[in-house]
Amino acid sequence: MKPAPFSYYRTRSVPETVARLAELGDGAKILAGGQSLVPMMNFRLARPDALVDVTRIPGLEYLRAGPDGLRIGALTRHRTVELCRDPVVLDGFGLLPRAARWIGHYPIRARGTFGGSIAHADPAAEWCLLAVLLEANVVLAGPAGARTVPVSDFFEGFYTTTAEPDEMITELHFPRAARHAALTEFAQRQGDFAVVAAAVSVDLGVAGPPRPGAACRSVRVVLGGVGPLPFVVDTGALGGQPAAAATWRAAGELAAAQIDPPADGHGGPAYRRRLAATLVERALTEAAAAP
Amino acid sequence: MKDTHLIRVRVNGREHELAVESRRTLADMLRHDLGYTGTHLGCEHGICGACTVLVDGAPARACLMFGVQADGQDVATVEGLADGEDLSDLQQAFSDRHGLQCGFCTPGFLMLAEGYLAELQAGRGDGGEPSEQQIREVVAANLCRCTGYQGIVEAVLETARRRQAMEMP
Repeated sequence: MKPAPFSYYRTRSVPETVARLAELGDGAKILAGGQSLVPMMNFRLARPDALVDVTRIPGLEYLRAGPDGLRIGALTRHRTVELCRDPVVLDGFGLLPRAARWIGHYPIRARGTFGGSIAHADPAAEWCLLAVLLEANVVLAGPAGARTVPVSDFFEGFYTTTAEPDEMITELHFPRAARHAALTEFAQRQGDFAVVAAAVSVDLGVAGPPRPGAACRSVRVVLGGVGPLPFVVDTGALGGQPAAAATWRAAGELAAAQIDPPADGHGGPAYRRRLAATLVERALTEAAAAP
Repeated sequence: MKDTHLIRVRVNGREHELAVESRRTLADMLRHDLGYTGTHLGCEHGICGACTVLVDGAPARACLMFGVQADGQDVATVEGLADGEDLSDLQQAFSDRHGLQCGFCTPGFLMLAEGYLAELQAGRGDGGEPSEQQIREVVAANLCRCTGYQGIVEAVLETARRRQAMEMP
């Protein structure tokens, strides 16, 4: 339960971090909030040769909403997102503060960072699901400068991304607002990793809850806990359907029919399919009722 | 060769300067190098919360941080709560409400609650008096195998109310 030896470096800027990572090679890891990396080191599932502590780099902790969407600095703590009450952020991106409460427990949210969660790429992680749901872009800094990668090209599998060993995530960019969106999940105890998580959005064309007879323009559903990547459900059949309970139930069944979830100590494939159906229905009900 | 760093850290307001190996967790540094043995270690992988301390005012599991990371920062541990023999208001409430039995998890719960109460006091979030449900979600972060949480929830809620009442003009 003690980590293996490693060399520790603390950097003060993004260019210094990139230079240090390039020098250290692929045995080095970035240390941000450490809420996933350090437990893995304590178990010696991870044995990096070196850690580069980026938590003292100034200017990477922010939520900025503007005409081109929402930008979140890589070192923004989960708790900062959860407690954000900026009306500009809440108008269109209120899903993020609402979803943050599902992440671990309060002390984990107080230290863990947005960029760290994306870099860790746990396919059931809340921010990873929302990044896929809202088609976010990952901004990376590397030796050749900055590059922006759509999340669809970023996550590769369990804990694996297309980031190079000498690159650092600096920002997440959410280009499009989603008023009617929700995330919900199930775990046996509050704060545990989700057995299944569902992130959804529905385009009703207007703000406010659906009026009688309103239709969905489109529906997006992303599931966690059902495979090595956040799973995007094919929801083409739901476009134009009534924005009503029967559609939300049908969306749940559609999701359950498309997944081939794994078995583990928390339950088998059939159990996870039923969970997915229920959670998608619940999330869509919540999303449609959002202001 | 050991990777060792010279750091300065304030613990409960007291300055310490020490050489610490990078792989030393903050919890082990507090206990073994600085003698703050009030911080208890349960699981050592961030599940039980027994080692919770405050770092620059925010709660942190001291087993998930390296001591070297606390360089230049303020750490608060359970030793800083009481004034000599006089328990703090939160500690007294834990005692009054029977929020502990064996006491192993208590330092972690106290520091967790102090972090949350400080956040309330700073007016972050939605403000107002916390609900019992909110307190339950906060204390769910830590494991207690004796009391069943009821006394802990009551103690934190009572302290939150008292501190808010004291702030009223």
